[in-house]
Amino acid sequence: MRAANCEVVVLRNEKQAENILLLTALWDASTPAPKAGQFYMLRAWGADEAPLLSRPISLHSFDPELREISFLYEVKGTGTEKLAALGTGDHLQLTGPAGNGFPIEGKKVALAGGGIGTAPLLQLAKELKNAGAEVHFFAGFRDEPYRLAAFAAVCDNVQIATDTGRVGHHGFVTDLLDPEQFDVVYTCGPEIMMEKVARMCLAKGVRVYVSKEAKMACGLGACLGCTCKSKNGGVSVCKDGPVFEGSVFYG
Amino acid sequence: MADLRVNLCGKTLQSPVIAASGTFGFGVEYENIVDLKKLGAVSGKGLTLEGKYGNEGERLWETPSGLINSIGLQNPGVQHFIDNELPQMLQLGCASMANLGGSTIETYEEGARLLDKTDIDFIELNISCPNVKAGGIAYGVKAESAREVVSRVRKCTSKPMIVKLSPNAENIVEMALACEEAGADGLSLVNTFQAMAIDLEKRRPVFHNVFAGLSGPAIRPIALRMVYQVCGAVKVPVVGLGGIATARDALEFIMAGATAVQVGTANFMDPKACEKIADGIAGWMDAHGVKTLDEIRGAARV
Ligand SMILES: Cc1cc2nc3c(=O)[nH]c(=O)nc-3n(C[C@H](O)[C@H](O)[C@H](O)COP(=O)(O)OP(=O)(O)OC[C@H]3O[C@@H](n4cnc5c(N)ncnc54)[C@H](O)[C@@H]3O)c2cc1C
Repeated sequence: MRAANCEVVVLRNEKQAENILLLTALWDASTPAPKAGQFYMLRAWGADEAPLLSRPISLHSFDPELREISFLYEVKGTGTEKLAALGTGDHLQLTGPAGNGFPIEGKKVALAGGGIGTAPLLQLAKELKNAGAEVHFFAGFRDEPYRLAAFAAVCDNVQIATDTGRVGHHGFVTDLLDPEQFDVVYTCGPEIMMEKVARMCLAKGVRVYVSKEAKMACGLGACLGCTCKSKNGGVSVCKDGPVFEGSVFYG
Repeated sequence: MADLRVNLCGKTLQSPVIAASGTFGFGVEYENIVDLKKLGAVSGKGLTLEGKYGNEGERLWETPSGLINSIGLQNPGVQHFIDNELPQMLQLGCASMANLGGSTIETYEEGARLLDKTDIDFIELNISCPNVKAGGIAYGVKAESAREVVSRVRKCTSKPMIVKLSPNAENIVEMALACEEAGADGLSLVNTFQAMAIDLEKRRPVFHNVFAGLSGPAIRPIALRMVYQVCGAVKVPVVGLGGIATARDALEFIMAGATAVQVGTANFMDPKACEKIADGIAGWMDAHGVKTLDEIRGAARV
């Protein structure tokens, strides 16, 4: 289904940790249902207001029954600051669902997230559980973890690493992950972490999916601003991705 | 009820609003977002004879009311377009424009010959891509080189051929006249302005090619001035573009003398921009008792 554009109403916009918010909106049921790994272009400001471009944010969680769609985001610059200023009842423009999303595969799978890269993994965990998989969640944070209760409610196992040692393992998430124990590994986080996870998996012959980020203008595959070099030549992060087999980049 | 139809180079468009090349894919990307029947045409992503990866490094940079891009004509190549994207483009519900760029005159000619055999409605000859080294830009700056490429391509196609001009031309009016004399059926202007940005941390230009193209509302008043000047000099129809984001903006270009307008960067500010602009033009016409755009085209010329 191709992306649609709609205006939705914000139900809640709640702080989760320092600079991390969870925005929940009323889903417009006339638009295509999103799936894990897809994203939307968000805009909480006028077409004629700065910043010029809308901001890509992943689907964090989707509940068609409650008609709730949520986004977990980190406040980084002007765009996300404007999202953070939204309150209940405010309006938000969404363009999406965009991108390919995660394929749902494997009987015993690991999700490896780094910081705000954990955002798309909650919906992924839900979809994998619905498909009957055993889901192990590994996440690394700088200092303060977030959304752990939501992950714990869905996943079979949750393991945390922090750079500061505040919670869980004092070190990197890659210290916790043994790819050989899983059929499939899904990862999203800082580029350096995804590369490490992907290489660990590929070295052991374990299938791995990465969710890439790139600056983008349209989110629809129209402007070619987010093209990345891969083994298969130039790929659009927004249209061919954001989810790719790790071997496409790190093989 | 306002009649939005316009005649562009002998073809009737159902509205004066055309999606600009490079901002709208090949149109299908927007089919669930925009009512494409409200558009006059879609100008597809810029094509070159052979496919291109485009530019390395940073490709997008936001500025106040503008966007600098350095895509570098990434495209699948003319033949791939004809085989794969064109069939869908012909089903969009509005006219289709193939935007053709090149490096040498021979590649322009060959690309035009291939497109001539298809059902595409218009060829938009891009002699102005600022993002390709030795590609387009040279033709877009000097009127005499533009004259040569346009007259050579003219011999390769009987399609309506609109030449897209660069604001970086040495003299926009001389450039327009040279293209008209060389056989252009119409002109579209302006493409992006050559611009740059600097990364303070790296102490280096943001873009791999140093310079890149600025578009968006930031350039609109200059684009409008150039369209006004060119409309006063040529007889062929002019398609105005450069930062148009609202119906009001579009009407300004039409009152300056443009036959139709293109909407580019605004599609990123609001993916429904083209449709809203078409509706807004109709609304303005109804409110002012204007029945066809012929009544107001060039009305502001002094
Ligand atoms: C497919 C995809 C999904 C994403 N999902 C999430 C998510 O669920 N939660 C979340 O917090 N963030 C997510 N991001 C990153 C998020 O888009 C950026 O953090 C955000 O655009 C920053 O905007 P800003 O105006 O606050 O920051 P600024 O730094 O002012 O942004 C400047 C420009 O850079 C772009 N940009 C900055 N950082 C990134 C980045 N990491 N990736 C892509 N573009 C960037 C912006 O879009 C903008 O064009 C995702 C990015 C992509 C591509």
